[in-house]
Amino acid sequence: MAHAATHDHHDDHHGAPTNFFTRWCMSTNHKDIGTLYLIFSLAAFFVGGSFAMVIRAELFKPGMQLVQPYFFNEMTTMHALVMIFGAIMPAFVGLGNWMIPLMIGAPDMALPRMNNLSFWILPFAFALLLSTLFMPGGSPAGGWTMYPPLSLQTGSLAYAVFAIHLMGISSIMGAINIIATILNMRAPGMDLLKMPVFVWSWLITAFLLIAVMPVLAGAVTMLLTDKYFGTSFFNAAGGGDPVLYQHIFWFFGHPEVYIMILPAFGIISEIVPTFARKPIFGYKAMVFAIAAIAFLSFIVWAHHMFAVGLPLGAEIFFMYATMLISVPTGIKVFNWVSTMWGGSMTFETPMLFAIAFIILFTIGGFSGLMLALVPADFQYHDTYFVVAHFHYVLVTGAAFAIMAATYYWLPKWTGHMYSETWGKVHFWSSVISVNVLFFPQHFLGLAGMPRRIPDYNVAFANFNMISSIGGFWFGASQLIFLGVIIHAVWFSKKKATDRVWEGAKGLEWTVPSPAPFHTFELPPVIRDEELAHGHVED
Amino acid sequence: MGQQQGAYFVPTKSSWPIVAAVVMFVTVFGAAHWLNAEPGEASFGKSVITLGFVGILLMFFGWFRSVIRESLAGNYNSQVDRSFRMGMMWFIFSEVMFFGAFFGALFYARMYAVPWLGGEGHGVLTHQFLWSDYAASWGANGGGGPGRVGGSFQTVAPWGLPLLNTLILLTSSVTITIAHHALKAGHRGKILVFLGLTVLLGATFLYFQAHEYIEAYKELNLTLQSGVYGSTFFMLTGFHGMHVTLGTIMLAVIWLRVLKGHFSKDHHFGFEAVAWYWHFVDVVWLGLFMFVYIL
Ligand code: HEM
Ligand SMILES: [Cu+2]
Repeated sequence: MAHAATHDHHDDHHGAPTNFFTRWCMSTNHKDIGTLYLIFSLAAFFVGGSFAMVIRAELFKPGMQLVQPYFFNEMTTMHALVMIFGAIMPAFVGLGNWMIPLMIGAPDMALPRMNNLSFWILPFAFALLLSTLFMPGGSPAGGWTMYPPLSLQTGSLAYAVFAIHLMGISSIMGAINIIATILNMRAPGMDLLKMPVFVWSWLITAFLLIAVMPVLAGAVTMLLTDKYFGTSFFNAAGGGDPVLYQHIFWFFGHPEVYIMILPAFGIISEIVPTFARKPIFGYKAMVFAIAAIAFLSFIVWAHHMFAVGLPLGAEIFFMYATMLISVPTGIKVFNWVSTMWGGSMTFETPMLFAIAFIILFTIGGFSGLMLALVPADFQYHDTYFVVAHFHYVLVTGAAFAIMAATYYWLPKWTGHMYSETWGKVHFWSSVISVNVLFFPQHFLGLAGMPRRIPDYNVAFANFNMISSIGGFWFGASQLIFLGVIIHAVWFSKKKATDRVWEGAKGLEWTVPSPAPFHTFELPPVIRDEELAHGHVED
Repeated sequence: MGQQQGAYFVPTKSSWPIVAAVVMFVTVFGAAHWLNAEPGEASFGKSVITLGFVGILLMFFGWFRSVIRESLAGNYNSQVDRSFRMGMMWFIFSEVMFFGAFFGALFYARMYAVPWLGGEGHGVLTHQFLWSDYAASWGANGGGGPGRVGGSFQTVAPWGLPLLNTLILLTSSVTITIAHHALKAGHRGKILVFLGLTVLLGATFLYFQAHEYIEAYKELNLTLQSGVYGSTFFMLTGFHGMHVTLGTIMLAVIWLRVLKGHFSKDHHFGFEAVAWYWHFVDVVWLGLFMFVYIL
């Protein structure tokens, strides 16, 4: 309790409640709620991962081996829904919950009870969604994008739609909370342009969430009424158009992919300066790049629809708009590299994941650029090339950033160091296997293997087998991750210092490790040298 | 109730959030079960929804009661007030985007989908092979789509009830503003009168809308199933009507709270939040009147 910023009168009602139910189900504490989010996300990661194992097992060899085609389609659909809405998004919300108040010197989130509601909706939403797997009609199996008319013909649509409504409500409330926290709860002196990049990335992400989750709600509501109440939004005979669904969905969907990557950008922008022992290069450029990406993300959605027969003008507009996003994205990659340039670098596990992120996310960005070319996309669309693209940006992008963040902040959360050796084993095992898993999928896609198909031409056999081996290997590697976390939480003897990492800057490192139940009950005094990115030059 | 130290207020633990999560789950589970049920098996889902709705009402009642108590106890400082304001503003923004999706569907259907089905632009082949006798237009003739889904229908004339409803909502915007000024000036009697008028105007709007729906179904054969015209018409006006209902209930609650003396000249976020909501509902209606009824 060394630091003056942490209040030191800890009366009884200041500590964590002792009753289990009271503490975890009725919480208004951003750290406990953050922990709940993170545990939920980890659980979803393994559930979604087990679905992926089924997919890769079936695709190990050509021919139908293990599962029925309908079940295979259920797996691809549920894998994506669970990973996107259950693993990645809640992980970022959990990290935001834990770290944003600590980073801006706030005692908690702005609306702590709503915070608890945002979390507790999620387990129920997923119970609803996953229960469809055991229902007579089966689960939805038309892909996570749920295009009509196919999605109207697969099972349990109503359950999935309501589950998505619940997740949307949860995300919107979480986002409102984060915006209110950042705009209203900053300690005096924490000006907007002094905030850590992670906080900035979440501010902009939260805006995206509030803007697009309701649009998804609208899209799935139309699916619901088309199926159960006889409306004709997506029925051409009634004057509607199935392509309309795709427009509405992707108006949500493209910003959604940035919702899953902007907080990752923020995380990397925290980690790289720490281990390069240099302030981030071009702080303002980083912030403006995030804002520019967020803005552009609203005008590129139809790059997912190049093959539906859009008017030529639309194809060209969306092609160029999409390519434009490479500019701010390029700025970010350039600045991370420049931050490392000339730094005195060390390579602890968080930094290893961060560097892998920078390289592998960039590969995903390049394949995205290839997909953005309309004539090329006519070939690549709906092939494994797209699958490879989005797994590079989502697994080696978003998921790696989450893993980096976990290693980076785990000592602050638990007060113990994780095992650096096993962290490195986890890293190397993951980074090699993930490339074995996804790199061959580029070749499969270029050769024409369609996505979401349980059987394939023998010509694709070799690469699929390699990919499946990589898949099982990557899946198994994540058990190491689980082990490292369990060890750090309960068994590690090595105490973490308050600062944890030698080069770490920012308010979160001024509080003790583990961070006490309440922090910054009085606003901290902010000194320039403590700012995460050094002084802000103009 | 909460700990307030220095500048910050952090509320204490509360069971309402998890209760809210449970009742929301019960409601949508019931709804999904009902929709997914085989014919004749819908009653289980229906009972569960009812249970869920009752739960939601009780939850709102309980949660707001505890918040109001804390507010009256003077726990909420200006920072908390600002958080609430931001919360409400961003919530309204999310509602705007929700309506945006349905307005988007309306514009797309009118400007692209229907003309394409009539052979315009690159829809020429669809038209020729599938529905060569379809003359694209919006409204009574073409709005049911080439398959005339839902049978032929007539549209609601904009200059009757819809115009009246527009005037009602616009007036209610004025009355609530007068009530707001009265609140700032501290004239309780005047607030009660004008806020009461606003509630009545809201209820009248709903009455007329119900009337319009019944007429549409019975006399015009305009139903939710009347092709994309009926879909957009009823989904847009229906969601709007649900918001008016909610707004009217909230206004009535605020009226009761004014009666009980809950608000002061400079501490009345609850009133303002509902007023913002009401203005939002009003603006959405103007969009509807323009694009659904007139054009
Ligand atoms: C660097 C800029 C990027 C560009 C130019 C880009 C471009 C594209 C294009 C054109 C497609 C459609 C391919 C097709 O279906 O034919 C696509 C699909 C996809 N992208 Fe990206 N992308 C970029 C970054 C990202 C990022 C950062 C993410 C997520 C973190 C992401 C996630 C996805 C996903 C999930 C899909 C597939 C959606 C589906 O059909 O299921 N992309 N991308
Ligand atoms: Cu996209």
